[in-house]
Amino acid sequence: MWAYFTRRLFIAIPTLWVVITVAFFLMRLAPGGPFDQEAPLPPEIMANLKAAYGLDQPLWWQYVNYLGNLLQGDFGPSFKYKDFSVTELIGQGFPVSIQNGAAALFIAVLIGIPLGAMAALRQNSGADHAAMTVAMTGIVIPNFVVGPLLALIFGIWLRDTMFALPVAGWNNGALPNRILPVICLALPFIAYIARITRASLIETLRTNYVRTARAKGLPFRMVVLRHAFKSAMIPVVTYLGPATVFLLTGSMVIETIFGLPGIGRYFVQGALNRDYTLVMGVTILAASLVIFLNLLVDMAYAWLDPKVRYE
Amino acid sequence: MSDAPIRDSRPGANLSVPNAAALDKAADVEGRSLWQDAFRRLQANRAAMISAIVLIVMAFVCFVGPVLVPWSYEEIDWDILEATPPNFDTGHYLGTDSLGRDLLARILQGGQVSFLVGILATSVALVIGVTVGATAGFMGGRVDQVLMRFVDVMYAVPLMFFIIILMVVFGRNFYLMFLAIGFVEWLTMSRIVRGQTLTLKNKEFIEAARASGGSTASIIARHIIPNVLGVVIVYVTLTIPQVILLESFLSFLGLGVQPPMTSWGALIAEGAQEMEITPRTLILPAVCLSTTLFCFNFLGDGLRDALDPKDR
Repeated sequence: MWAYFTRRLFIAIPTLWVVITVAFFLMRLAPGGPFDQEAPLPPEIMANLKAAYGLDQPLWWQYVNYLGNLLQGDFGPSFKYKDFSVTELIGQGFPVSIQNGAAALFIAVLIGIPLGAMAALRQNSGADHAAMTVAMTGIVIPNFVVGPLLALIFGIWLRDTMFALPVAGWNNGALPNRILPVICLALPFIAYIARITRASLIETLRTNYVRTARAKGLPFRMVVLRHAFKSAMIPVVTYLGPATVFLLTGSMVIETIFGLPGIGRYFVQGALNRDYTLVMGVTILAASLVIFLNLLVDMAYAWLDPKVRYE
Repeated sequence: MSDAPIRDSRPGANLSVPNAAALDKAADVEGRSLWQDAFRRLQANRAAMISAIVLIVMAFVCFVGPVLVPWSYEEIDWDILEATPPNFDTGHYLGTDSLGRDLLARILQGGQVSFLVGILATSVALVIGVTVGATAGFMGGRVDQVLMRFVDVMYAVPLMFFIIILMVVFGRNFYLMFLAIGFVEWLTMSRIVRGQTLTLKNKEFIEAARASGGSTASIIARHIIPNVLGVVIVYVTLTIPQVILLESFLSFLGLGVQPPMTSWGALIAEGAQEMEITPRTLILPAVCLSTTLFCFNFLGDGLRDALDPKDR
């Protein structure tokens, strides 16, 4: 098994390289550059600026340089945020995004799994239909709708009550500032996890080994907890891999709406500003994260399902 | 028996039938195809049928409605120039946005974009996904290896980042947007089709087709693809809302359609700016978007139940 995962890690390197290369050349194809302004700069200043950032070199040389620096862990300077290196910006933004993401995921698992399990154990009852309708609502109302709506309710309509919550800013991570973004980020996950848990638990409860466990007289609670639950969790764990991608894209919206200084917002701003190095940095970070977490998910998979063997 | 009238042109239907009465009876029991069966099951699913009707009505209103609305989506009412509540005298049935443009006309135009992107991007995903999936599954061997490893690698790439980079690079082009979204969404489609093809390719009818001299391409096109269609239709219905959501997401971030054209996502973004003064400009497009997504999801679930009864 370890050989398999080591090989997977080695496959990750060419994948990352493809990501870096495609992103690098795509960004450079873009018309306009990071130093374009409404009033154009004098050509001499422009030339100096470009020289200072190495943009006057041939493209392939810039690419080789970039790769070389990257191998030394240097993401280069940001073109728009003067005096900041991309590493510094990511260092500031990443903790914000990862804290929100982890909190959202934690809440989603904490609420989604029991909700789905409850629906599965009372299949086709009123509670089941209610839970699944709520879950469907959580899926179809996108978080860029939920965000402004929550802001409208808690920031404006309830402004003068005890329920008022700040709707913008990070405020160094004060708890009230985190509540709305995390809820907003967690809602679709709660919904997905509840649906997956329900479907998978229903299927597991129909298997032969669960029937055997019931036949030998084990209380139903024990059957569910001891026998069915673990294997019913496999699809949920599988979902957590793609979920990280959702989390990353979700953070772009959430951080834009609530004005949080995370990497999602840096990415959107960077893309709009042609901040080549910042966009590259965030993309590389996101790709590494996705690859790494998919690997983790596969390892969890092997632990949950004894039938899974990696060679 | 030789003078019995030919009543049924289906092969085998007229063989060894003892008398005309029995023949009549046999002809009465009509064969039902898989599709008719599925359609019957779908009709019984009330949520799915209502969703289908709502979607048809919404699409119809979005595409025909603008003819009946006195204002166009880009026209600024110079007498107003601010967000106003609904007013029937001026013809702004849902009021205006902050620039004095007719909200109803803009919502309808946004709906056109959403439906178009939903259908076109899904078509792109459909064509690529089915072709790659069926080819990989049917050919097997090295072709399969290469194609599926490619899909694996693509899965590990945060594609949303690439769509955003693309939209920035090529300047928010409407057609590019659905191409880009389609290029992302085909991955899952190809996996599903490949899985189905693998189970099909050893069936007798494929062997028969090959024995009668069908080429690989014609077997894929005429025998494999029609048989995976059921699964594909279900997945298409569930992909359309994802695509619509993706487009709205891009438009919300300001990376989707270009003004003065609009889409539901862009309208939601505009509405979010002004929600303190006019919550209507946020809530109306949000309701339209959510209803559409809701209906597509219900229809997709209904189709899955109808086409795959063992799953219920």
